[in-house]
Amino acid sequence: MNFSLYDFTSFNQWIDKFLYDHLPAFWAIAVEMVIIGVAILLFYALVGLFLVYAERKVCAFMQNRVGPNRVGPYGFFQTIADFIKLMLKELIYIKNADQLLFNLAPFIVIIASFMAIAAIPFAKGLHAIDFDIGVLYVIAVSSLGVVGILLAGWSSNNKYSLIGAMRSGAQIVSYELSVGLSLVTIIILAGTMQFSEIVEGQRDGWFLFKGHIPAFIAFIVFLISSTAETNRGPFDLAEAESELTAGFHTEYSGIKFAFFFLAEYMNMFIVASIAATVFLGGWMPFHVGSWTGFNHIMDFIPPFVWYIGKTFFVIWVMMWFKWTFPRLRIDQLLTLEWKYLLPINLVNILLMAFIVLMGWHF
Amino acid sequence: MKEVINLPVKNIEEEEYHINMGPQHPSTHGVLRLVVSLQGEIVKSLKPHCGYIHRGIEKMCEKDTYPQIIHLTDRMDYLSAHINNHAVCLLVENALEVEVPERVKYIRTIIDELNRIASHQLWWCSFGMDMGGLTCYFYGLRDREKILDIFEESFGSRLLHSYYTPGGLMMDIHPNFQANVKAFIKYFRKKIKDYDDLLTGNVIMQLRTKGVGILSREDAISYGVTGPSGRASGFACDVRKHHPYGVYDKVDFKEIMGTKGDTFERYMMRMNEMHESMKIIEQLIDNIPAGDYSAKMKAVIKLPAGEYYQRVEASRGELGVYCISDGNKTPYRMKFRSPNFSNLSALDHISRGVKIADLVAIGGSLDYVIPDIDR
Repeated sequence: MNFSLYDFTSFNQWIDKFLYDHLPAFWAIAVEMVIIGVAILLFYALVGLFLVYAERKVCAFMQNRVGPNRVGPYGFFQTIADFIKLMLKELIYIKNADQLLFNLAPFIVIIASFMAIAAIPFAKGLHAIDFDIGVLYVIAVSSLGVVGILLAGWSSNNKYSLIGAMRSGAQIVSYELSVGLSLVTIIILAGTMQFSEIVEGQRDGWFLFKGHIPAFIAFIVFLISSTAETNRGPFDLAEAESELTAGFHTEYSGIKFAFFFLAEYMNMFIVASIAATVFLGGWMPFHVGSWTGFNHIMDFIPPFVWYIGKTFFVIWVMMWFKWTFPRLRIDQLLTLEWKYLLPINLVNILLMAFIVLMGWHF
Repeated sequence: MKEVINLPVKNIEEEEYHINMGPQHPSTHGVLRLVVSLQGEIVKSLKPHCGYIHRGIEKMCEKDTYPQIIHLTDRMDYLSAHINNHAVCLLVENALEVEVPERVKYIRTIIDELNRIASHQLWWCSFGMDMGGLTCYFYGLRDREKILDIFEESFGSRLLHSYYTPGGLMMDIHPNFQANVKAFIKYFRKKIKDYDDLLTGNVIMQLRTKGVGILSREDAISYGVTGPSGRASGFACDVRKHHPYGVYDKVDFKEIMGTKGDTFERYMMRMNEMHESMKIIEQLIDNIPAGDYSAKMKAVIKLPAGEYYQRVEASRGELGVYCISDGNKTPYRMKFRSPNFSNLSALDHISRGVKIADLVAIGGSLDYVIPDIDR
C-alpha cells in the first residue's frame, strides 16, 4: 500500500481490495457504506462543533469581547459542553402541535445537509460519491432543507414560527435561482458538472481568475445568495430574533433545537465548500504561472489543508457579513434577488458564454 | 323549521390575525405588550397594553416626603435618572423660591448631559439590535461604561443615583470628575465615528429606515410626541431651549431639528444630540464655579399650598411633574407627564401599513422605556 497525504486514491483502492478479498461482494459494499457513513458523520459532528466555537470566537472579537474561555484551553470545549447540555435538556411537548411533522422537521433539515456533504471533494480521492452531475445534485439536495423549515413553522402551531417559515420559504426559493445560475456560469467555463473534474480543471489557475470578470461577478453573487440560502447574516429573516423571537425554531428545545442549529452551521460549511471548490480551486494548491519554485512550495502543502483553508476563509467572510450588517426586510430581500441579482446573473451567463465561445478565458 | 344561516364568506387574503408582541419579547425592551393585527406581514393596527410593570409611583409619592420622592423618580425612566431627579428638585426649589448656588446648577447641567449621552448610547445599542446588527450593542455598552464609571466614582451608584436633593446635591463631585469627563469627551468624539461607520452609513440600515414610519408635525403635536422623536418631525419642543433651567441659558447649543419625521430622522436626531451634549459639557466643565454644593434647606420640606408644574427635557422627551400641595410635608397629588407614554401613543398611528420588521425599527426609534410608561 502506498499511502500519501497528497493522493488518497491508492489508500481507497487498498481498502476496497482488502474488503473484496475477504468478504462476499454484497458484504464488502455494505461495510464500505458503513465506513463512509461513519466517517462523514464524525466529520459532520466535528466540523459542526468547531464551527459553533469559531462563530462565537469570531463574533466575540468583532464585538470587543473575549468569547468562550472557560471550558478547556481558550474555551475550546465550550461547544462540547453546550452539546451535552442540549442532549440532556427536556424535549418540550407542545399542545395542539402536529406531533408527527413537528418531530420530523429537524430530521429533514439535518438529512438534507448531511446528503449534500457526500458529494464534496475534500482532497484527491477523499470523496464519498463522485457524481457526474455533482453540482446539480448538491443544489437539489441542499434545497430539501427548506421543506423541514416549512414543516417546523407549520407544525409548531405558533404564529411567529409560521411567519418565519413562510419568509424562509420565499427566501430560499428565490435565492436558489441565483445560487444555481452563478454556478452555471462556472459550469460553462469548466465544461463539466463533476466536482472532481471541476477541481482538476483548476490545476493551472482558479476559475475565479480564469474566467475574467464574469467569474468574479458570479463569485460575489454566489456569496450573497448562498448566505441568503443558509438563512444567515443580513438575511436571517427566518429567525430574526428581534422580530420573531426565534422564527421557525421558537418552539423547539433540547436536541431538536440542536439539530436545527447544527444544520445551519453545516449548511454554511457546505456552501463555503462549494464556493471553495468551484471558484477557488477546491483542494488545488495556489499556483502562479511560471514561478516553479513558488509552485513547488505550494504543492508541498497537503490538499486537505488547502481545502480547509479556503473553506474557512469563505466561512469567515460570511461571519464577517453577519456580525457587521443589520438585517434586511422581507420585501427588500426579494427585491434584491428578483430585480438585481437575477438580471445580473442572466447577463453574466451570456457574457461568460461569449467569452468561452471566443476563447478569451485563460 | 330550520333557518338557513348564510355565514359571510371571508376573503382569506384580507383576513387579519393577531400576534402578541410581548410582554416577553426581545424587541419591546421590557414588559410592554403590543397586540398587533397583521395581514400577512403588514401591520394593520396595534394596541399597546401597558401596566405590566406598574408600581403605583404616583400614589406612593402621596405618602413620601419630597426628598424621598426623588428616589422614586429614578425608577421611572431609569436611563435618564438624573434628569428625572432634576425635575422634582426644580419643582421644590421653585415652589420654595430657594436660590441654589451656581456651582450646583453647573454640575447638574453637566451631569444631565452626561446622562443624556449615556441614555442615547444605550438607545443606539438597542436600536442596532432591533435592526439585527448585534455588534452595535457591544460598541454602545463599551462606551456607556465609561460614563457609568464616572458616575460611580462621584456618587457611588451607576444606574439609580438619586444624586440631586432639593436645594443642591447630596455630596460634592469627586476631585477627578472634571479630568475624567474631559478624557471621556476626547475618547467619545473618536468612538462616535465608529457608530457612524457601523450603522449610520450602512446601506441596509438606510434602506430600512428612510421613509418608514413617518410622523407629521401636526401629528407629533397632537399626540404630544416630544424629545428627539418630536423634533425629528419638526416640532420645536426642546425644553432646554424654550424654557431654560440649570445653566442652559448660558451655553451655546443647537436645537437639533428634523423635517421628514421618518425613522432615519429620529435616528439622526439622537446621534446629533450626542454631539450637542458633548459641546455643552465642554463649555461648562472648566468653568464650574467654587462654592457650596447645596443651599441651606429646612430639615422638613413643606411646600406652600397650591399647584406646581415643572418640566425638564429628559433624554426621551419632555418630563412634566405636576404637584398639588396642601401645605404638608407630603404632596396631596403628584402626577408625572412621562415622555414615553405620549410617544408610545403615536406608535399605532405611524406603524399602520408597515411590515413587522419596520414596526420593530419604529419602536426602536421611538426609544421607549417601559417603566416610564407604566410608572
